[in-house]
Amino acid sequence: MTTSADLNAATGGPREVVVQTHNLTKRYGSILVVSGVSLSVQRGEVYGFLGPNGAGKTTTLRMLLGLVRPTAGSAVVLGYTAGSPAGLARIGSMVETPALYPYLSGRDNLLVLAKQAGIPRPRVAAVLDTVGLAERSGDRFAGYSLGMKQRLGVAAALLKDPDLLILDEPTNGLDPLGLADMRALIRRLGDAGKAVLLSSHQLGEVQAICDRVGVIFRGRLVKEGTVRELRGATRLVIRATPLPRAEACLAELMGRSRVSVHEDEVHVDAGADAAARVSRELVNAGIDLWELRHDERSLEEVFLALSADDQQHAREDHAA
Amino acid sequence: MRAKTMLRSYGGELFKLRKRPAVWVVLGVWLVLMLVFTYVFPYLGYRSAKTPALGRGLLGELLPANIPGQGLTGYPVWGGALIVVLGALALGSEYGWGTMKTMLTNRPGRLTVFTAQVAALFTVLAALVIVAFACNGLASFLITNSAHANLAAPSLGALVRSMLAGWLILCMWCLFGVTLAVLLRGTAMSIGLGLVWVLAVENLIRATASLVPALGTFQKGLPGVNAGSLVAALGGKGAASSGTGIAPIVGGTQALLVVIFYFGLFGMVGALIVRRRDVQ
Repeated sequence: MTTSADLNAATGGPREVVVQTHNLTKRYGSILVVSGVSLSVQRGEVYGFLGPNGAGKTTTLRMLLGLVRPTAGSAVVLGYTAGSPAGLARIGSMVETPALYPYLSGRDNLLVLAKQAGIPRPRVAAVLDTVGLAERSGDRFAGYSLGMKQRLGVAAALLKDPDLLILDEPTNGLDPLGLADMRALIRRLGDAGKAVLLSSHQLGEVQAICDRVGVIFRGRLVKEGTVRELRGATRLVIRATPLPRAEACLAELMGRSRVSVHEDEVHVDAGADAAARVSRELVNAGIDLWELRHDERSLEEVFLALSADDQQHAREDHAA
Repeated sequence: MRAKTMLRSYGGELFKLRKRPAVWVVLGVWLVLMLVFTYVFPYLGYRSAKTPALGRGLLGELLPANIPGQGLTGYPVWGGALIVVLGALALGSEYGWGTMKTMLTNRPGRLTVFTAQVAALFTVLAALVIVAFACNGLASFLITNSAHANLAAPSLGALVRSMLAGWLILCMWCLFGVTLAVLLRGTAMSIGLGLVWVLAVENLIRATASLVPALGTFQKGLPGVNAGSLVAALGGKGAASSGTGIAPIVGGTQALLVVIFYFGLFGMVGALIVRRRDVQ
């Protein structure tokens, strides 16, 4: 869906593409779980993978990690075929829930992974510190709260100091403080030049930390772009009386095509920088201005709109 | 590089087994049962023997010279069954906890992960056999001393052969449990089916083999029957009714080859499944 050229244009220059899938497809018997997904993730980018439950997000992530073999299509991760040992050595991941040994302590769990991956011991203490688990690292994993398990899962993913992090719902079960810490951590990783591919249901979170987003419904990638592109153009929302005079005034100022009336509001397709000019003109024209605010569609609105479209398509497909 | 990767992986697997309480429980129960059935009960039988001849016969089995045969008494059936549990626990839990995917995404190579897991189990079994034979030696020494009997030690060659055969039998049963766990992606079903096979199906076939000629031939290819025949060839004694499964149904060489065949078969099937199948 997105070419490297598009990516460069969107992100301000050429960067290494660390994940590139082409028509990635997975079918279990007659059930098509993932259908022709083509996506790209660049170095230094936090990529949000959105979709309702059962849309195919986790299966896609599993294919990128080599846990599940694609029925068709291909995936190249860090320059290697998905699941190849050389690629896996540079990927940190947490798919679905953090899967670690319940009878081992948090530290011992990381030590097992460190031993197997040939990572020096001091790195274990460093990642425990990064996720704020250093003090409880001696407790058994089975006794951890959901949020602590989640933190340890992320610590395990960070252990290899990977170039690519694949995180499936990383903020599940975190308290508000933990949530803020995790968001900041993910953003930091992206800013430090790592690529982060995360799936999430928390649309506000995705909007806050992701550079680009891919939206998947019923196994198909229906939309991909920067968060700004997906949210679309910004607008000014104005409540003023009398409304017809306000509309006429704004049409003259901004152009007819950029002005529309919705119930008792006038919407103007313009950015926040036009707000001062608009308010001055309305006041000068003797119009009472009650409210003037800058408005953007949230990612949630975009997602719900895409979901409605998808359901419509599903009904049409079913009828056909 | 590959050997280094394998060694690191093996170290991690040993660490996991060492830290897991369930492993110690299975090994502890195995050792206690081995001592109880191999030395304690026969000794009590000797002490309460109705005739001196029967007593002498029982004591003879417990003397140090007979450790190579007597020490393997439990391996073919109940000892094997517990080791099936160990193998199924070790790999089945990886699927139950979802840690198989953690391992596979952490380590380069599915076969490396599987081989390291199996190698760590084999190491534990080697240690178990050594400890078991040390316990056998101690029990035999104490019994011999108390009975003022002949303290003559077995030959080193016989002892080593016996320990290697015991280890091979346990490894075969362990791989059986491992393969069931990998096939069924869990612990409960693999332990259940493994135990039913070792303790029920093979015993039933053995019991009815004399009635149905075809079963008589069929049983000669079973892993438990061949394990029992291998122990019998090394001096282990048992009766069909004793439940030890030790009987010279086939010759020692055939028994050894069949046990090696199953060892390879279970290992290959397990490795193939791990290598090929999707991990959820």
